[in-house]
Amino acid sequence: MNLLVFDWALLIEKLVLIAIIISISLVVAMYATYGERKVAAWMQDRVGPNRAGPFGLLQPLADGLKLFFKEEIIPNSSNKFLFILGPSLAMLTAMMTCAVVPWGSQIKIAGRAIDLQVADINIGILYVFGVVSMGVYGIMIGGWASNNKFSLMAALRGASQVISYELAMGISLIALLMITGSLSLKTIAEQQINGHWWNIVYQPVGFLIFFVCALAECNRAPFDLSEAESELNMGYHQEYSSMKLGFFLFAEYINMFISSVIMATLFFGGYDIPFVNESKFDPQLMAVLGVVSLMAKTLIFIFVFMWIRWTLPRFRYDQLMNLGWKGLIPLALVNMLVTAVVVLSRQ
Amino acid sequence: MQLLTQRSKPVSRKPMNLLEKIYLPAILKGMTITFSHMFHKKPTIRYPEETREFSPVFRGLHVLNRDEEGRENCTACGLCAVACPAEAITMEAAERKEGEEHLYREEKYAARYEINMLRCIFCGLCEDACPKDAIYLSETVAPASFARKELIYGKKDLLIPNPVTEPEAYAQAKGQKQIK
Repeated sequence: MNLLVFDWALLIEKLVLIAIIISISLVVAMYATYGERKVAAWMQDRVGPNRAGPFGLLQPLADGLKLFFKEEIIPNSSNKFLFILGPSLAMLTAMMTCAVVPWGSQIKIAGRAIDLQVADINIGILYVFGVVSMGVYGIMIGGWASNNKFSLMAALRGASQVISYELAMGISLIALLMITGSLSLKTIAEQQINGHWWNIVYQPVGFLIFFVCALAECNRAPFDLSEAESELNMGYHQEYSSMKLGFFLFAEYINMFISSVIMATLFFGGYDIPFVNESKFDPQLMAVLGVVSLMAKTLIFIFVFMWIRWTLPRFRYDQLMNLGWKGLIPLALVNMLVTAVVVLSRQ
Repeated sequence: MQLLTQRSKPVSRKPMNLLEKIYLPAILKGMTITFSHMFHKKPTIRYPEETREFSPVFRGLHVLNRDEEGRENCTACGLCAVACPAEAITMEAAERKEGEEHLYREEKYAARYEINMLRCIFCGLCEDACPKDAIYLSETVAPASFARKELIYGKKDLLIPNPVTEPEAYAQAKGQKQIK
């Protein structure tokens, strides 16, 4: 046993970091529900939640409390294990993605340089893709275990949609990776800070494809076919009640947060502060400001997600599949080829 | 064929050009529209704090009126009940006794006067029918209730406060309306 040489401080540091990141993403997701309602209200010339607390700021707490106190129903004919596994899986995969995201550069606490990232693994973006594609199991299992045909249909639609759009997303990402030459999110973020332009300048089409696919992956409108209220009752979470339903809905908001962070990191410079040369200032302060900058970009993205949701109507299913397979995948392929040609000719 | 209205427009069947087929310009246009709506004035009336302004002819909850000395106007003639298209009004008449002159204005009065608010349609015909200016529709909105029997309003719910003993409550119940 060589416990003495084991770096306990690192373990504690990482545990604290994980706790902070998870609580931050939970709080952001919580307030995203509030933000969603507010944005929807404003766009429809309404006021939105304004009763619980000042400006209705306690509304998410009230909503959560309501969900906890509602009756928990597990249908008799459902597969009980899977029925409970579904929402937990959706939640789990949503939370797991944030492990590889670089939230900032380094801060020094008590003489220790602490990376603001849980794990800087060199396959970061692959890990994200792996976990995200696991997320579809949450929906699929949820829909299957309910033993309800509507749920199953909706889950199938959701699953095939996620799989279809994952292709275009991956290909659009390959074009980006040709430029950056790295799969590590930290490296990608740092490349954009050190004198380079943000990746959006080099990959506008790639970003557009990535963004559309991110909408589809998060099951956000106009791609929210897995929860079609009008044609499939409620979609994959029809049989769910109380906090299990809450988990499904909550996982969507966490997904939205994480994909916003990923997009900000990949295409918008991560924790880079635009038009500021970070190296000229106190690194401690700049690290904190970097986190703020990343969060600001993320919140803008979350707003754009909501903005789109309250503007565009839902796709018809064949339109969705057409866009995915006949629109985005060829476009992503062309984008990849063009990028490859440019990168090669530059060398 | 001749068009019946001025509003109908011929539909353009022109095939979409490339820019229209991408849909992105149309989407961006839609998004600017929704974004601009964020800064529009909200028509919402935040109810308990703000109340909607009613028109002067608004017909709210009924009051049974009293005269300046605080005597009840109603003589239980029953014309309001006859006029009521929903048959919501029932009453029982009684004769005024010695020493009750300060309570009732004439020899006959309504011992029981009920309006079934579940039936009432607030048409105001009772008000029109009343020869003694005894029943009026005030400006108060009819309150909701959890029990049906609470919505059968008796005399204690309907009678306006006494102008002699409770002038403030009387003025409030009377409101801005021209009640004699």
